[in-house]
Amino acid sequence: MTTEPRIPTRLGDGSFTAMTRSGIRADIVAGSEAAARRAKVPPLGDDEVDHLLEIYASPARFTGVDVGEEVVLSCDGTGMKTHATRIQDLQSYEQWMGADLLELCVGDYSLKVVRTILAYEAQYMHDAQLCTIAPLQYGVMPNLGLYSKPDGPCENWSALLPLGRIAEARAAAEEAVEMAVADMVKLADSQWEAGADAIDWDTTGASGDPEFLAALRATRIIRARYPDMGVQLGMAGEFVLGMHGELEWEGVRLAGLWPKDQLLLAQQAGATVFGPVVNINTGRSLAWNMARAVALIKPCMAVAEIPVHPNVGMGVGGVPMFVYPPGDATCRAAKSLVELLHVDGL
Amino acid sequence: MHNAHAQAVSIGGIRAGGDLVARMQMTRGMHLKEAKRYVADRLGVTPFDLSDPVVMTEVRNELGFGRIHSYAISQPLQANQIEAKFNIARTLDVPINCVERFRERTGGA
Repeated sequence: MTTEPRIPTRLGDGSFTAMTRSGIRADIVAGSEAAARRAKVPPLGDDEVDHLLEIYASPARFTGVDVGEEVVLSCDGTGMKTHATRIQDLQSYEQWMGADLLELCVGDYSLKVVRTILAYEAQYMHDAQLCTIAPLQYGVMPNLGLYSKPDGPCENWSALLPLGRIAEARAAAEEAVEMAVADMVKLADSQWEAGADAIDWDTTGASGDPEFLAALRATRIIRARYPDMGVQLGMAGEFVLGMHGELEWEGVRLAGLWPKDQLLLAQQAGATVFGPVVNINTGRSLAWNMARAVALIKPCMAVAEIPVHPNVGMGVGGVPMFVYPPGDATCRAAKSLVELLHVDGL
Repeated sequence: MHNAHAQAVSIGGIRAGGDLVARMQMTRGMHLKEAKRYVADRLGVTPFDLSDPVVMTEVRNELGFGRIHSYAISQPLQANQIEAKFNIARTLDVPINCVERFRERTGGA
């Protein structure tokens, strides 16, 4: 039995556990190797393992980057009627929480829901721009699944696939892509007219490769139409699911792409900010999860021509899958990504 | 969660110069160092200063960039909100969409 002292730390579900320093180090190495095996990325070097160990083996309640090394926070979801009107929420984030960037959105956050209220959302953006200072974007998740039955007009590819009706499933997904691209561009049109600084495609790819394709196509159209409009493209997961399997963007098959290749296509399409995502394994330690996240995102940094803002919300980027993520875990995730990857923001 | 991120790693929004750096990233696709350098040069400060509320409160005051409202410090004569964005657009030399719209809708103000 070891006499090594145990340090309080957390699992991916947020619950406390206690681990020895050597146990945390072993988890960091294992998390890095798990990423290397799955995504064919290089594992973390010894210096990076040691750096993460210093962060995760510390019993401190709170930690942060060195003074002067601060980054931009994208702050999605800041204006969604959390405690007052949406404009008051935006003002609260700007005035009380020092948000670098604001985002107007609706609670449902789905593109197909927003498309029916474009004029109202544009009016709200217009009004919000008059009484805020920080850059203000409009955020939605493409959520392509809502375009399928019973919620939408297209056949349900998730129902067709288990039946072996592959061609019909693919045709349904392709039909939904066309509708989503048209809706995304209409949304950008109305928001640009209203004064928005940018559009945020959040949780892109939640419905797999068709959804990622829709976001890329819409981004290219918006970039050509509005050269000064920002487009933030944030992902839903670390790996693009092949719900269709054969879709391509300029000769690159979308299914199965990991963060670096997702980034390459996002910046090629004209995005101004890319948000990679690495999902949490709730049964492993946060040290394991963060090592895996750093190893998966690291290849992005060598090829990024646009700012990279890894997602660090609930259940991604080393932040526990718990509705109120503990501050001790959140600050460690933020510090790790900034110091090890030199990201442009979060 | 936002508070933890903000305290751990954020420039600090309009408490300091985070909104200005964010604007260059968002609309110009600038990396962090490039965006900090650009904003610092336009403001006549150092990139280090951009996350310091003490320095940046003075800078924002002088340039009319808007500040945090406080019951202790009223600023009724200073630019804020949409007014502040006119000053930010001019100083950073970047078009701000809502400022351009404001001009269009007010007869080119």
